[in-house]
Amino acid sequence: MAITDAPKIITSRFGYDDSHTLTRYVSTGGYQALRTALEGSPAALGEAVKAASLLGRGGAGFPAGVKWTLAPADVWPRYLVVNGDESEPGTYKDRLLMERDPHQLIEGVLLACYAIGAGQAFLYVRGEMALAQERIAEALNDAYKAGYVGRNILGTDYSIDVVLTWGAGAYIVGEETALIESLEGNRGMPRLKPPFFPAAKGLYMQPTIVNNVETLSNLPWIVNNGADAYTALGAENSRGTRMFAVSGHVRNPGVFEVEYGVTTFRDLIYAPVYAGGIRDGNEIKAFIPGGGSAPWFFEEHLDLPLEKATVDKAGSMLGSGAIVVMDETTDAVKACLRLVRFYARESCGKCTPCREGTTWLERILQRILDGHGRPSDLELLMDVSDNISPGLAWPPKQTTICPLGPSATAPIASALGRFRDEFEARITEAEEARTSVPVELKAPSHA
Amino acid sequence: MPEPEAPPADGVAVEINGREVIARKGELLIDAAERAGTYIPRFCYHERMRPVGMCRMCLVEVDTGRGPALQPSCMIECTPGMKVDTESEATKKAQDGVLEFLLINHPLDCPVCDKGGECPLQDQTMAYGPGESRFLEEKRHKEKPIPISDLVLLDRERCILCDRCTRFAKEVAGDPLIHFIHRGNNTEVNTFPDEPFASYFSGNTVQICPVGALTASTYRFKARPWDLETTESTCTQCSVGCRISIDSSRDEVQRFAGVDVDPVNWGWLCDKGRFSNGAVTSPDRLGEPLVRQGDALVPTRWADALERAASALRAATPQSIGVIGGARLTNEDAYAWAKLAKGVLGTDNVDAQLGDGLPAQAVLGLPRATIDQVCTPGGTVLYLGPDPKEELPVLFLRLRHAVVEDRATLVEVSPRSSGLSSLAAASLQPRPGEVGELVRALVANADSDKDVAGIAAADVNAARALIARSSGPLSVVLGRPSVAESADAVLDAAGAVVAARPDARFLPALRRSNVLGALDMGLAPGLLPGRVALDDGRDWFAGQWPTVPAGAGLDTEGILSAAADGRIDVLVLLGADPLADFPDHDLAERGLAGARTVIALDTLLNASSRKADIVLAAAGFAEKAGTTTNLEGRVSTLSQRVTPPGTARPDWMLAAELAARLGADLGFGDAGEVLAEIGRLAPSHLGVDLATVAAAADGLLLPLGTEPAPTGSGDAEHEGAEADAAAVRSDAADDTEAAQAEEAAATEAEGDATADDAEADPAVPATEPAPAAPALVSFAAGVPSPVPALDAYAFRLVATRKLYDQGTLVQASGHLAGLAPGTTARIHPSDADRLGVAAGDRVVVRSPRTSLTLPVHPDAGVPRGAVALVLNQAEVRVADLVDADASVTELRIETAS
Repeated sequence: MAITDAPKIITSRFGYDDSHTLTRYVSTGGYQALRTALEGSPAALGEAVKAASLLGRGGAGFPAGVKWTLAPADVWPRYLVVNGDESEPGTYKDRLLMERDPHQLIEGVLLACYAIGAGQAFLYVRGEMALAQERIAEALNDAYKAGYVGRNILGTDYSIDVVLTWGAGAYIVGEETALIESLEGNRGMPRLKPPFFPAAKGLYMQPTIVNNVETLSNLPWIVNNGADAYTALGAENSRGTRMFAVSGHVRNPGVFEVEYGVTTFRDLIYAPVYAGGIRDGNEIKAFIPGGGSAPWFFEEHLDLPLEKATVDKAGSMLGSGAIVVMDETTDAVKACLRLVRFYARESCGKCTPCREGTTWLERILQRILDGHGRPSDLELLMDVSDNISPGLAWPPKQTTICPLGPSATAPIASALGRFRDEFEARITEAEEARTSVPVELKAPSHA
Repeated sequence: MPEPEAPPADGVAVEINGREVIARKGELLIDAAERAGTYIPRFCYHERMRPVGMCRMCLVEVDTGRGPALQPSCMIECTPGMKVDTESEATKKAQDGVLEFLLINHPLDCPVCDKGGECPLQDQTMAYGPGESRFLEEKRHKEKPIPISDLVLLDRERCILCDRCTRFAKEVAGDPLIHFIHRGNNTEVNTFPDEPFASYFSGNTVQICPVGALTASTYRFKARPWDLETTESTCTQCSVGCRISIDSSRDEVQRFAGVDVDPVNWGWLCDKGRFSNGAVTSPDRLGEPLVRQGDALVPTRWADALERAASALRAATPQSIGVIGGARLTNEDAYAWAKLAKGVLGTDNVDAQLGDGLPAQAVLGLPRATIDQVCTPGGTVLYLGPDPKEELPVLFLRLRHAVVEDRATLVEVSPRSSGLSSLAAASLQPRPGEVGELVRALVANADSDKDVAGIAAADVNAARALIARSSGPLSVVLGRPSVAESADAVLDAAGAVVAARPDARFLPALRRSNVLGALDMGLAPGLLPGRVALDDGRDWFAGQWPTVPAGAGLDTEGILSAAADGRIDVLVLLGADPLADFPDHDLAERGLAGARTVIALDTLLNASSRKADIVLAAAGFAEKAGTTTNLEGRVSTLSQRVTPPGTARPDWMLAAELAARLGADLGFGDAGEVLAEIGRLAPSHLGVDLATVAAAADGLLLPLGTEPAPTGSGDAEHEGAEADAAAVRSDAADDTEAAQAEEAAATEAEGDATADDAEADPAVPATEPAPAAPALVSFAAGVPSPVPALDAYAFRLVATRKLYDQGTLVQASGHLAGLAPGTTARIHPSDADRLGVAAGDRVVVRSPRTSLTLPVHPDAGVPRGAVALVLNQAEVRVADLVDADASVTELRIETAS
């Protein structure tokens, strides 16, 4: 067990009822980092963030400071886009950051813009997050009024506009190129990378840095306390702290900021200060370590630290920091269907394998649950999955543009791999029912 | 088909299936592979649209040094050293998987699908797909089919969501009226509620649909692909000259489709062209000659009809014969009629245009631009024509592409805003009649210090700067934007450009399909075949034709006026309908009534031929072979696919029959022989014959040897050398021309030495032609007719056309007939306020001739002090208002009581 007393970096104001107000933010050291940064050069700020080795918190875990340097030199204008379209199943950390500390995010946005030389930032908030939109709008208005955002901020010659915009409820828009399409007013469908790497050809075909809400929220602290203070926290390749959202069959679900790379899954799931253990004293059956797209982990993975490289090596990912716990009462077939159905419904419809394949998978699973499964269905599930994500390897390969299609195959590979007997039992029951009592053939329902 | 060609100098070496392939720089893998003979299956990729990488069928294993990975070959540019395997296990599994995914919800109703037999999904399933379906569930069901426009139906069950139609609508046509809706498994293509896919280009989506999801209402269930016989031809609905394929079954034309040629249509067609097959197969087609019996036209035998026509012609003096029309004929028809009228009958009262075009000498004399030259990447275009979206739709697509994709700068000068206006860097709407003055200011060396033609000086100067900035040659598209404005105004503008910009090249924007060919063939007063003036060519033709007219004759307006005065004994209408098309309806009516005998050659009866005394049934499109000339002067083939109705025959044959009855032998027995004579005699066409035309896949630009280097390639370095190249080219042209003339003369002499019976016929005296061909006509700026002083109470008329109107061919093409939109009186909103009228109010529009009552519609695209009406629409005959003699037509507008 490694429950550390690391400081709260990004959730430090969560205890205040008025944590979202400018007054509270400023009185607790807010916008101090901006003042500090504006006195130095953008390059210095960039270096500091690089030195802090802040990993992106959106899912891929790419170092933010490095990402900032990917925009081709001397191509202007360039934009910062904030990905606030948090919608990975089980993930709800960005929502809290936007609702409870919008100024911290705005200050992070301003710092990032200054570092990359953007004059305009677009804050894209998920369509369903009404409170987050409201609070960010209010915070932005206050920040404009107070001179933190807008023309010649804080009396410098640096001007910056932050535009708040929100989606219409599509999961796929959390994918950065689809988000950019949506920002441009188009249907949210991903672009192929290459050639459309946002850093080179992003919003309006200009260099665009897309950062996650949690990533940006770390910036004020890093500037205020220095990269060294940040790298003093966490494990070798996973610095600072990180927010994890724990949900499912635990006693105390919630979002917890823990020291990155040190705390283990067991700590997070079982410690009384965190999720408090499995409900009703049940045994754990499986857990998803990094959002719905991640391959499942089981009991034997509990003692792995919440560290990117370790989890990657173990065959899954920390992804968006969402841990979904399933206890022994969980029906693996149903859980699998529940996840596959999500991806099938959220498929944007662009790539054939995802559009057709995910729904096909969903319907096969539904059929098995409905008692119409056939022994060949398990092979079929695997092969259809293989046609979406060849080899069902980790990290996944894909016949699609974005990873949404492969995301739907992760639960199938995990559930079938570990709990094949449960699938087979369903099918055998169905077979037996069919041979003993003549049943009327009916079309499967697709609820 | 892979074409053998030398590897490009800046090529990129890639390895495809173990073989080295030299790709062009920036070339997509799918294209490079295909050129090298390796076809990668695909559904969404279309070479004329931006790739989207959506269907995933073209996934292949690509190794760029980081190990093989599946990549969509339609999105990947070739990079040096790239290793590609299109046949690996992984590639095959992925492709088979995609095909299976596409098929699981496809209804497989191939037996009743129009596409069955020519369906890429069907073909690729045969080639790549798994043999059996593993899909046990119920397929998606949707209502099938739903009409998304009057012409196109959508079957969403068959749709494989490849984004071709939707991309076409948005990227190519600029009419984003169809789109994906819903998502995932529920994704479908559809229109917006209550917004039909009313694009002039909707039919292209049917052609590019890789399955039978989009079908044309004109073709549904009409034929099976394996029963179709196909011939390539050239569309004759307008003068763009799109290459087209004609499909027939049971000797009946079933449909047209676009053929991809680089210099012209890129495979696209407008809906008017594509769906005009109804006019070919119309039950109203004339299949036998008709003669007047009292009030009725009754069928008769050919011998009777031809003899009546011949005797009327025999009795008439040359000056009392007029020939109107011919712009819809083939070059061969036009030449035969020019030879009959000018060379046998000796009349020069011949005009292929109906007072709605531009004088022939000007059109033929201006330095000509090709479409590619006009659409040069980064080039500058001064557009002085009618709305191309309405009159020359595929030219509109090319211009749109030039502006949107290739950064061309467009300066539009038109009497009212058009489909181009939103694309133009500057769009100016001068007061009718004053376009010359405006253009003079636009090409001037200095800014204007005052408003010009009703346009603010600042706007004029901004547009002037755009034109002055152009680096390459200036391209001018020149036409007659409004028939209520004298052609002199346009000529004045052209003269101003020629004087100020010697580098300018002109693309004539005259709409009738073969108007340029007809003018080339001499169907215009004062001209002889081959772009020579009557006086210049007299000696050249004198030895070849029985006669040559004594002096320049009348144009259509002159012929109609003379006829109205009783001075025309025989009026011949070559597929012309002056009652519908001549801008001054009153004069057309009086002319037709005043002519003693009216002979009409046509495929369908129209308002004018219904008043004729003799109607000769002519073979039409797809029923006769020949050549046609598009607005660039490009000569391309017309093919016969079906037999004409009844005993209808080609116009050239009717000319020959009439000539024979008049004692002259025109000297040809088929269209090829007519073309051979054109190539022998017409100075601009020397050296042209069936073989040369057939050999030129993209058509022939004339005179031969003046084919410009392609400029549509987007090659930057090539643009710099443009001016030099042009200079060299014109020198070369002169040389070639002279050389050819000599050569032709030599051939001629040889031919005469071995003259056969036909050539020795007394009707064609075999004298030596003049040693050198006469000079081609050149442009001379005219003197503009004065425009009346501004009258604060008067509105100047702008009379334009719409793609669909009451024209005979549109109305005979069943599915298009109902699309004619009608007209309202469009005036500037401030004028509407001044008059106190709102949209929909009925107003009286009064000219000195007559008045019309129609609804008014405020439209900011119409300049102040003007009223825009649409010609040839139901209920309102705008031509009633127009006086052919006036430089502008002035109207008063009153509220209807």
